Amino acid sequence: MAQMNNQRRADLVIIGGGPAGMAAAVAAYEKGLRDILILERDDALGGILRQCIHNGFGLHRFGEELTGPEYAARYEKQVKEYGIPFMLNTMVIDVDESKVVTAMNRECGIFKIEAKAIILAMGCRERPKGALNIAGSRPAGIYTAGTAQKFVNMKGLMPGREVLILGSGDIGLIMARRMTLEGAKVKAVCELMPYSGGLARNIEQCLNDFGIPLYLSHTVVEIHGKERLTGVTIAKVDEMRRPIPETREFISCDTLLLSCGLIPENELTKSAGISLDRITGGAVVDGERECEIPGIFACGNVLHVHDLVDYVSEEAVIAGEAAVKYINGEKSHGMALNLVTDGKIRYTVPQRITSAEKTKVYFRVANVYRDVKIVVKDGERVILEKKKQKVAPGEMETVILTADMLSACETNATISFSLEEVRK
Amino acid sequence: MFDFAVIGAGVVGGLVARELTKYKLSVCVIEKESDVAMGATRANSAIVHAGFDAKEGTLKALLNVRGSEMMEDVCSELGVKYKRNGSLVVGFNDEDKETLLSLIERGRTNGVKGLSLLERDELLKLEPNIGDGVTCALRAETGAIVCPYELCMAAVGNAMDNGAELKLNFKVEKIEKCGGVYRISSENDTIEAKIVINCAGVFSDEIARLVGEDTFSVRPRRGEYMLLDKECGELVSHTVFRCPSKMGKGVLVSPTVDGNLLLGPTAEDIDDKNDTSTTPAGLAHLSALAGEQVKGIHLGKVITSFTGLRATGSTGDFIINSPIDGFINCAGVESPGLTSAPAIAQYVVEMLKKAGAELTKNESFNGKRRPLHYFRELGIDEKNEVIKNNPDYAHVVCRCETVTAGEIIEAIRTNPRPTSIDGIKRRTRASMGRCQGGFCTPYMVELLAREMGLPVTEITKSGGESYINVGKTAKGGN
Repeated sequence: MAQMNNQRRADLVIIGGGPAGMAAAVAAYEKGLRDILILERDDALGGILRQCIHNGFGLHRFGEELTGPEYAARYEKQVKEYGIPFMLNTMVIDVDESKVVTAMNRECGIFKIEAKAIILAMGCRERPKGALNIAGSRPAGIYTAGTAQKFVNMKGLMPGREVLILGSGDIGLIMARRMTLEGAKVKAVCELMPYSGGLARNIEQCLNDFGIPLYLSHTVVEIHGKERLTGVTIAKVDEMRRPIPETREFISCDTLLLSCGLIPENELTKSAGISLDRITGGAVVDGERECEIPGIFACGNVLHVHDLVDYVSEEAVIAGEAAVKYINGEKSHGMALNLVTDGKIRYTVPQRITSAEKTKVYFRVANVYRDVKIVVKDGERVILEKKKQKVAPGEMETVILTADMLSACETNATISFSLEEVRK
Repeated sequence: MFDFAVIGAGVVGGLVARELTKYKLSVCVIEKESDVAMGATRANSAIVHAGFDAKEGTLKALLNVRGSEMMEDVCSELGVKYKRNGSLVVGFNDEDKETLLSLIERGRTNGVKGLSLLERDELLKLEPNIGDGVTCALRAETGAIVCPYELCMAAVGNAMDNGAELKLNFKVEKIEKCGGVYRISSENDTIEAKIVINCAGVFSDEIARLVGEDTFSVRPRRGEYMLLDKECGELVSHTVFRCPSKMGKGVLVSPTVDGNLLLGPTAEDIDDKNDTSTTPAGLAHLSALAGEQVKGIHLGKVITSFTGLRATGSTGDFIINSPIDGFINCAGVESPGLTSAPAIAQYVVEMLKKAGAELTKNESFNGKRRPLHYFRELGIDEKNEVIKNNPDYAHVVCRCETVTAGEIIEAIRTNPRPTSIDGIKRRTRASMGRCQGGFCTPYMVELLAREMGLPVTEITKSGGESYINVGKTAKGGN
């Protein structure tokens, strides 16, 4: 083995070589930065897109429908053409507040990199079974939808033949179709909430087109089977999401796939001492995706869970460009606007705005609402209103605050986001 | 033919076997499951009880106090995680206080040191998150926590390193005695031994019946638990029990040696000795009770729930005897069984000596075992030394618990060897973190298949028919 070099430096270290990390690297390169290093824990760039072999990616970004690997390949090509350095099979185990990154891989062992700026792009993970606290036995055959996706798409293995899916998140919906195409029988998708957590187009293309029923307001209350899963008991839930005993029904299946939400993977963010937004599970950031520690940025699903990778790339460009500005000492902190929400709107990203530049604000709502308007106010002064026929938790919403709108605010104003009914 | 056959590779069987290998004896441990530590050993409160709970004069009291005193040394020899964190039994009213005082009295009679009664203000200094309704507490300084399945694996592994044999998937169907030798048979295997030690947990009454001994029975008592994310592991530093009352024994809230928070157990007598399922009622009960003892338990942070079956014997005490020549029971070992296990092992050897057995010391016995978690505890430079020789130690497989391929492969090659994904999990903590194997399971399947020389489709979660995958996809042939 080559001599281990356990102390390095880089202007910009990007943690994660998925869609967010690669887009951020490309954006930073295009702004003139050269000393960039992408650290990727897997054996190839691309992140979770590598196992998303279905299409539907890239409509906004590239104006065409790509598969996940195709979408990733476009960015990978850019990274390689620009000659941006990246290390594969490299796990970051610590980030500290002075921007020292500790990582490990087979070639270098455990090593440290002093960075001028860091972009956190670690993505997210799925909520596991334990977190759902379902009673019953603990047989084989229970996987998150993403684990099943990896088995089927990356390993050529079938995790089961008769499937029930709990949760109507997008990966669950995609896997309902995928397992069906591989000859499995998908008996139903159960969703605890009275509405789906996934995109409308996925309900149509992955369930309806294959005759797979979606049971809203239903959950799995018990797991059966000693060695391999033999079935689950499902039940309807009341408005308080409590199972209704008389609606209990046994469904035989050898596989239970869970698609019950995604959790940003922020262990490193926390180790750096950055506080997280209670709702998003990601860091609190400003309009340029800078965390509370100057020079540390976050983008993609590690910041908040996106529906479309196109938006991940868009956000990563913001972070990549801002990191270059920071390194060059050009990042301004002229304002300290605080964005707050009314609960119907659950959160915004960014949560803060520090400069009066055009800012796209992403947010999600808490429930399905019809005929509403999104109202953005500075105190009592309405800055912006946007009417929507329907908003739903499964679909991320955006509004754009222009430089003029922001310049008109006091430098430390509180900007409120709320949903109001529109009278017809 | 073996000198000894130990039936059951739980923590008692493991430590008994290890104790026997200290002498020039041939020992065979037989276990019906595909791994060791599969019964009550893998699912219990993981507590080293101080010894104030067991009734004066019982075997439970004697062996609890002795075991509690031995545990730290045994764990250090075997490289098992152990922490003397102290126990608290919290009371909510004057009646509870009386009970606590009598427990202190009982503990002192049993020979327990370091017992005291704390008032609320003193208690708050030790544990600021203690429940609002708590008025007083018994403090037991010698209370500790340990990793029970690690203790069992280490004990069996160390016994094997010292010559013992382990037979897995050996479900005893028949025991015959012919010419002073016991023939023990499963469906497809037979071994012979001069002396049989019955450490079969909830099944120990059934084993005893195979030799015609039916003076006791063992009933499974279901105990359900919830394990919380490491984020919650520092909510309390002591193990917090609830004062036993007419309402029952209550549950405990305890940190684990790995830094998680454990809630449990419920207590429900059931009939099925194989039923380790959790119940909606049990989990709801835990959720409700735990919060009264400790504030700020966030049930959204539960990462897994599980059930253990205590082997509750019909006599109310441990049943450690030799009703028939050459057949020894270690039965009815319910709580404080884990604590008592090292003392039980010693007690069995004392019994043998008293009965006139000739035991010659095994001079080559080495009681030390390097734990599988040694790597994670090294400093960066030391880790880099290991990595230089074997880069697998730099390849992180489990992200949540930072477990490397090197550690997993080492575990697969170390006695007692795991044969399933859960086996690797219990040895290395891979997939025990907050994602519960979401990312690393596919890779662990490949590693285990490679090491065992099996097709990936043969890999199970936990032995038997618990296959992780049921076949290949249409194009998955290559």
